[in-house]
Amino acid sequence: MDDSNQQKVGQISGAEIIMRCLQEENVKFVFGYPGGAVLHIYDALFKQNHFKHILVRHEQAAVHAADAFSRATGEVGVALVTSGPGATNAVTGIATAYMDSIPLVVISGQVPTSAIGMDAFQEVDMVGVTRPCVKHNFLIKDVRDIAITIKKAFYIAASGRPGPVVVDIPKDITAEFAEYDYPKTIEMRSYTPVTKGHSGQIKKAVKILLEAKRPMIYTGGGLVLGDASNELVKLARTLGYPVTNTLMGLGGYPATDKQYLGMLGMHGTYEANNAMQDCDVLIAVGARFDDRVIGNPDHFLSVPRTIIHIDVDPSSISKRVKVDVPIVGHVQSVLAEMNEILAAETNKPDAAALKSWWAKIDGWRGKKSASYDGSSTSIIKPQYVIEKLCEVTKGDAFVTSDVGQHQMWAAQYYKFDKPRRWINSGGLGTMGVGLPYAMGCQLAYPDAQVACVTGEGSIQMNIQELSTCQQFHLPIKVILLNNRYLGMVRQWQEFFYENRYSESYMDSLPDFVKLAESYGHVGMNIEKPADVEGALQDAFAMKDKFVFMNFLTDKKENVFPMVPNGKGISEMILGSDTNANDAADEMEG
Amino acid sequence: MQMTLPMRWKAKMKHIISLLMENEAGALSRVAGLFSARAYNIESLTVAPTEDATLSRMTIVTSGSDEVIEQIIKQLNKLIDVVKVLDLNDGRYIERELMLVKVKAAGALREEMKRISDIFRGRIIDVADGSYTIELTGSGSKLDAFLEALDKTVILETVRTGASGIGRGDRILKV
Repeated sequence: MDDSNQQKVGQISGAEIIMRCLQEENVKFVFGYPGGAVLHIYDALFKQNHFKHILVRHEQAAVHAADAFSRATGEVGVALVTSGPGATNAVTGIATAYMDSIPLVVISGQVPTSAIGMDAFQEVDMVGVTRPCVKHNFLIKDVRDIAITIKKAFYIAASGRPGPVVVDIPKDITAEFAEYDYPKTIEMRSYTPVTKGHSGQIKKAVKILLEAKRPMIYTGGGLVLGDASNELVKLARTLGYPVTNTLMGLGGYPATDKQYLGMLGMHGTYEANNAMQDCDVLIAVGARFDDRVIGNPDHFLSVPRTIIHIDVDPSSISKRVKVDVPIVGHVQSVLAEMNEILAAETNKPDAAALKSWWAKIDGWRGKKSASYDGSSTSIIKPQYVIEKLCEVTKGDAFVTSDVGQHQMWAAQYYKFDKPRRWINSGGLGTMGVGLPYAMGCQLAYPDAQVACVTGEGSIQMNIQELSTCQQFHLPIKVILLNNRYLGMVRQWQEFFYENRYSESYMDSLPDFVKLAESYGHVGMNIEKPADVEGALQDAFAMKDKFVFMNFLTDKKENVFPMVPNGKGISEMILGSDTNANDAADEMEG
Repeated sequence: MQMTLPMRWKAKMKHIISLLMENEAGALSRVAGLFSARAYNIESLTVAPTEDATLSRMTIVTSGSDEVIEQIIKQLNKLIDVVKVLDLNDGRYIERELMLVKVKAAGALREEMKRISDIFRGRIIDVADGSYTIELTGSGSKLDAFLEALDKTVILETVRTGASGIGRGDRILKV
């Protein structure tokens, strides 16, 4: 053993090295929770003022908040948790970020080196536990490796296809001393992410796009993460082709634009899903053809079409659907290159073919699949709340959601014109993200309007964060669509399990107004459609208050359109079907 | 462009994949974990450091349709510790595996075991009162053939290393 536990001139402690590294990376917020294994780190944290520490009430929320900070800003999110239960509590947050490719650095404490493997108090093999849900992870075994490892962690998290990186640091390492030297750049022979796409492939793609008779542009979360929204808008407008966004890609193309067909997928619009199925040339940008998006891949591939796929991750290409023109590269640079080629191009899209394609699309649009019966004056429709939310916030809020029916209604009825405004867990589908996501957004943009659209099931999964919101004066507006059911579970039980509502009724709900008030927040109950808009205006007028809005909504409302599990995306049940529930039963049979 | 069967159900082929990875703690578990997490087959997996002690070389024998093998290669490349991946089946290659077999060798069997071992170019490396231990190298199918040639009741114990592979001629996997 060397003498690194004796401080020499020019040396600082491992804990101080961590602080200096985070400062070097321009970290603004660290979301965390202290504990035994990270006490040295928290002591060093106490003595610095370069970043702010946000004390959450549960480690899961720390990771979600860091994740949302990253989704809203594009920067790497940072969380700090202790060993054992602190680390395992963080795992759901890490897996959530992994599924949606969000860059995070999660620093976890570990028991001292000598205690590793001894079943020590609060010991868990964090590197082993997180291995399947991180982009990479490290266990630091020498104080001299801290700086280079943290540098690598930030580099790996943010580059290529982004993702969470865990850095596990034993307690004794944070107390030992070493010289601080933060590398300016880093090179790893085993990790060299691609940036520029292959020019030949890009040229070929443009040629195919120009020859299309029934073209379709389909973009996902990768477009948002790759900050390529402007390039996409330019491409789409130049070509005049229809665009759809995935749940993760909302805001990538302005929702109020006439070329926009709405979201696609299981709860996508009639026009978007049919255009996906019926197109002859499909360009997928930062999207991965997942099961909730294209439904049954065999049905999707039962009609011929040429597929161009741009993605930074080669393993996303031809994973579920074989593509014809793969382009591996940053979506932003690839789209920019396409725009350059198009600007110099003399060939133009086939106007006649495009005209009849749009006519067909307008026919599908005529179905008005994204609509609901809003005639009741006594029962609040959840869709109506979202429409009014969009109006009151002028479509410019950061909207976070939890997971379930409310998530789909928020995605369908809030019109996102900008990227990074819609913050939700698309991949893992983690109930409980909504409130901590709102915290991350509000901290990133203190003056912005932040709405957390949630359900009475989801909100209770991280309800303890009402306390964090009080401590840091976060003026979030919670939009609780309270239908007294785990709505999405109930909807599937209604359609596919003959109305056997097994454990999907939410009994014994708290008085949410009193609960909010007990944390010093404002609570509101809204029970009539006529009160919805006024209540929202009142709430958003309280710029410095956290307002918890409990909307009692229709218990029986379902999300439409719906593609039943295992069906093709053009095999939709529409809300306007005379009896949508029977239609669902029949399709299942 | 058209596919009628899900990728996983299409014709499976045996592939030998060679890879170089950073010789770091946990690197092996990342590869093994990837195969179990994504439900890929592993028939065998061998790993040892190379002449450059910072690198380990691994040989994985797996099977799957072309699409699955393509995914396996991509997913392996995606692992941060993996430096290079080569599907040996993309060209000409040599496959070798080492097997040790302990067989009954008493009375008449003693001569017969020696003879079968010779036919397969095996070497008897341990001689005991009632048994021989035979060392055999070759492709996996040769080792299988040897075991099939023996009466099952004479086999006391077998141990196989799993295949190692290397490209022929100019095919070199190096950093």
